[in-house]
Amino acid sequence: MEFFVTLIQVLDSTIRLSTPLLLACLAGLFSERAGIFDIGLEGKMLMAAFFSAAIAAVTGSVWLGLLAGIASSLLLSGLHGLASITFRGNQLISGVAINFLASGLTVLIAQSWFQQGGRTPSLFGGGRFEPINFPFAESLSSVPIVGPVYSELLSGHSILVYVAFLMVPATWWVLYRTRFGLRLRAVGENPAAVDTAGVSVVGLRFAAVAICGVLCGIAGAYLATALQAGFVKEMTAGRGFIALAALIFAKWRPWHAMWACLLFGLLQAIALRFQNIDLGGIVIPVQVMDALPYILTVVILAGFVGKAVPPRAGGEPYVKER
Amino acid sequence: MEKMPKWADVILIPLISLLLAAILSALVILAIGENPIDAVKLMVTGALGSTYGWGYTLYYATNFMFTGLAVAVAFHARLFNIGGEGQAMLGGLGVAIICLTIPWPHWSIALLAACAASALFGAAWAAIPAYLQAKRGSHIVITTIMFNFIAAAVLNYMLVNVMKPAGSQDPATARFPEATHLPSFQSMFSTADNVVFRGAPANISFFVAVLACFVVWALIWRTRLGYEIRAYGHSETGAVYAGISPVRITIIAMLISGGLAGMMAINNVMGEAERLVLNPTEGAGFIGIAVALMGRSHPFGVFLAALLFGFLYQGGAELALWTQIPRELIVVIQALVILFTGALDNMVRMPLEKLFLGMRKRAE
Repeated sequence: MEFFVTLIQVLDSTIRLSTPLLLACLAGLFSERAGIFDIGLEGKMLMAAFFSAAIAAVTGSVWLGLLAGIASSLLLSGLHGLASITFRGNQLISGVAINFLASGLTVLIAQSWFQQGGRTPSLFGGGRFEPINFPFAESLSSVPIVGPVYSELLSGHSILVYVAFLMVPATWWVLYRTRFGLRLRAVGENPAAVDTAGVSVVGLRFAAVAICGVLCGIAGAYLATALQAGFVKEMTAGRGFIALAALIFAKWRPWHAMWACLLFGLLQAIALRFQNIDLGGIVIPVQVMDALPYILTVVILAGFVGKAVPPRAGGEPYVKER
Repeated sequence: MEKMPKWADVILIPLISLLLAAILSALVILAIGENPIDAVKLMVTGALGSTYGWGYTLYYATNFMFTGLAVAVAFHARLFNIGGEGQAMLGGLGVAIICLTIPWPHWSIALLAACAASALFGAAWAAIPAYLQAKRGSHIVITTIMFNFIAAAVLNYMLVNVMKPAGSQDPATARFPEATHLPSFQSMFSTADNVVFRGAPANISFFVAVLACFVVWALIWRTRLGYEIRAYGHSETGAVYAGISPVRITIIAMLISGGLAGMMAINNVMGEAERLVLNPTEGAGFIGIAVALMGRSHPFGVFLAALLFGFLYQGGAELALWTQIPRELIVVIQALVILFTGALDNMVRMPLEKLFLGMRKRAE
């Protein structure tokens, strides 16, 4: 029975850790499907994490914090759009700049506002997203197998976790069942065709980048106000890049993105709980678990296990024919 | 016909971009309630006002020259090597292995061996992304980012499980033996009654970095290989038509790039720390991006930009010491430089091109 309890705990932690990855991954999916590469997911999450925690700490309202996080992330998205759509700059360089901007500005502003060495005050009460308990979770928990799965694994997460997982079917629906989604995918494959049809390439790409900003904002707010209670320096810790890895792993498809994020979340959860894993004589060091998402992504990118082909117009600024 | 004179492209645009970055940085300093003019004064005296300050400025500049050249060489082949950080970490591993396993008679031989080892390790770490880009079409930016994280994990594993001296809690190697210690500027330039660069980490690798700038310049503009790299960077189809193999150029350019990034380790690992610690690079690999963009991928430009960033780094450290402004201000400035000289290049370029075209029309 002890194994089962451990399993439930690890899976529970997997869901918590997958949530920010999933939100950032779907954010990247919208942007990259529209042909705008975004390696600035990390920076947008970090910025949102700081502003959500800071505003939640000052006002005591986590919802205002969430809004502030989304707004700050949107601002960086706008910058990325300005550089890569309006001025047709290099999208990768713009992403790098955004990551550094966030990493520097968050600490700078945090120090100026709170004087706590680049962190925000700890959040409590209304300043955090509280877990939501499903009906009957308490009374069902004693039922074997089903009880713990329902009351521990599914129930008791913050609302943003459920939002993140609901975003998966929502993203699928938007991309594959709406006119907007069709156009968005088209603009990432062949912007000239979209332009010929009389639809604004610039408008569509800005819309995609904005959606990306909103989702990254929620991801960052989740980190600082739900997963942890407050902002600390560099708290995204490479999650934006793991999300990017998951996006490639999923070959830019929403449902696959969810499975990829759950897998990478599971790796994080295992690394967090077990450190070095002893498999009957062979010890897997914790560093292998840390590096595994990146190694898997390189393998997938290399095309040895099913080739990952990005949207065809990805990374290319669109120049209207004259 | 060129849209504008060459000097405008090489000097004016970087200067305007730098100015924009400086103005925004000043606004940031104002916004956190400090005086930007006082801050600049403090940075100048802290970084350039004494040989001690210069010793730090030049030490940082040495790191940035290596990583800046690394990014610049890759840029010439139109490859974006964002993996300088990981390559420099692996370079450090190479230096540590060389210094700890072989009893060197003299630092000069050890330095040569360390140069070779660090370049080899750095190049090896760039080789896999290079191969995957050339042969399998995997995007080099993504693979090199992934390799940065994998490098951090490899280094972590090596330090914690293999190279840490027995009984030590600190995840770091033992100190390198005395014979491998590089001469610092203090020992090189001080006289009996006038001690200069006291305690500053600048060391002989600065001259290796300057030499590397010359070698890269000669390579890119004075050799057949350099011509092929530039031709490939300008137009892949043109290069293929001229019989230049894209696979060969991609791999060679990345090996040189990775080797240069790896060689940074002779400065920070061998010259300064004299042992290998966790996160020895401290982001210098990424600053190489800003340095290469700012220096327009020309070795002399890289040299100047590296000095500028060395000044910013040391000045920023002084600011953090004496004022309420944290060190992260430098990260913001670095981001703004990358933004304006890299991503928003067209924002500065387009109006200038219009201006020059207009002036030319009026002259005719």
